[in-house]
Amino acid sequence: MSWESFLYMGGYAVYVWPAYGVTALVLVVNIVLPVLQRKQLLRQLTIKQKRSQAR
Amino acid sequence: MSWIPAPVSRFFHRTSSPPHFYALADRFIPWLTVIFLLLLGAGLYGGLYLAPTDYQQGDSYRIIYIHVPAAWMSLFIYVLMAVMGGIALIWRMKLAEVMLISSAPIGAGFTFVALVTGSLWGKPMWGTWWVWDARLTSELILLFLYLGVISLYGAIEEKRAAARAVSILALVGVVNIPIIHYSVQWWNTLHQGPTVSKMDKPSIHVSMLVPLLLMAAAFKFYYLIAVLQAAKLELLKRETTSQWVKTLLEKQA
Repeated sequence: MSWESFLYMGGYAVYVWPAYGVTALVLVVNIVLPVLQRKQLLRQLTIKQKRSQAR
Repeated sequence: MSWIPAPVSRFFHRTSSPPHFYALADRFIPWLTVIFLLLLGAGLYGGLYLAPTDYQQGDSYRIIYIHVPAAWMSLFIYVLMAVMGGIALIWRMKLAEVMLISSAPIGAGFTFVALVTGSLWGKPMWGTWWVWDARLTSELILLFLYLGVISLYGAIEEKRAAARAVSILALVGVVNIPIIHYSVQWWNTLHQGPTVSKMDKPSIHVSMLVPLLLMAAAFKFYYLIAVLQAAKLELLKRETTSQWVKTLLEKQA
């Protein structure tokens, strides 16, 4: 099977690929968002801790 | 809880202490990610490439490999949340509260995916994006329950009180789960009946079934990774002033 006929999905490409795309997007967001938020929180907490130690 | 053997109860106490749990999550996430990616790769390869075209639905049926596992996860995560809610209410266990609230966005995500992929499958097969039948409507209500849990938790300032309110909501909402599951049998609908759970004789060929089960397993592992990431964040947020967070920061610096 060629790449073209694979991507064509028997004429249903406009339904199949957006379905997979939306799924991938939601799954990625639900991992990336908490990781980024945690990193940001850790940065803030580190700054706060350094300030309180400097005092 | 005198009827629980001492080593078991000690294990639970230790695992459920925030610093221990945080370290444990860090240790497990890489392994879970490897297993998830292997299952996902095999499931996608089997479902999109190896599995034959359906004789009635053509290639549109390949949406099943995300639609059905996502719908299963939407129910599974909600039941887990209700169980966590029960534990949080009865034993006041902090970790159960954290796991409950950390699961909500993931469950909402899977419910959203089930609805959208179902719509994208319904258009070419039923000729419509949406019908107000029992299955679709009850799944939409499930999405609102998840969003309700998230916003209720956000609305209450004091987090222990918020967790109690959310636990009750999660427990009450669980009546919706059997309604979703049996909706295709109780009411007439466009939605097809169960294909897999008829264990004596599943009405799906093995070459199509195996990728479906692989994807379902992949989504389970995805949930574990995502819930651990969310729980790490929630624990840090709740315990910013505690000693273990200070130690953690010092170790990182």
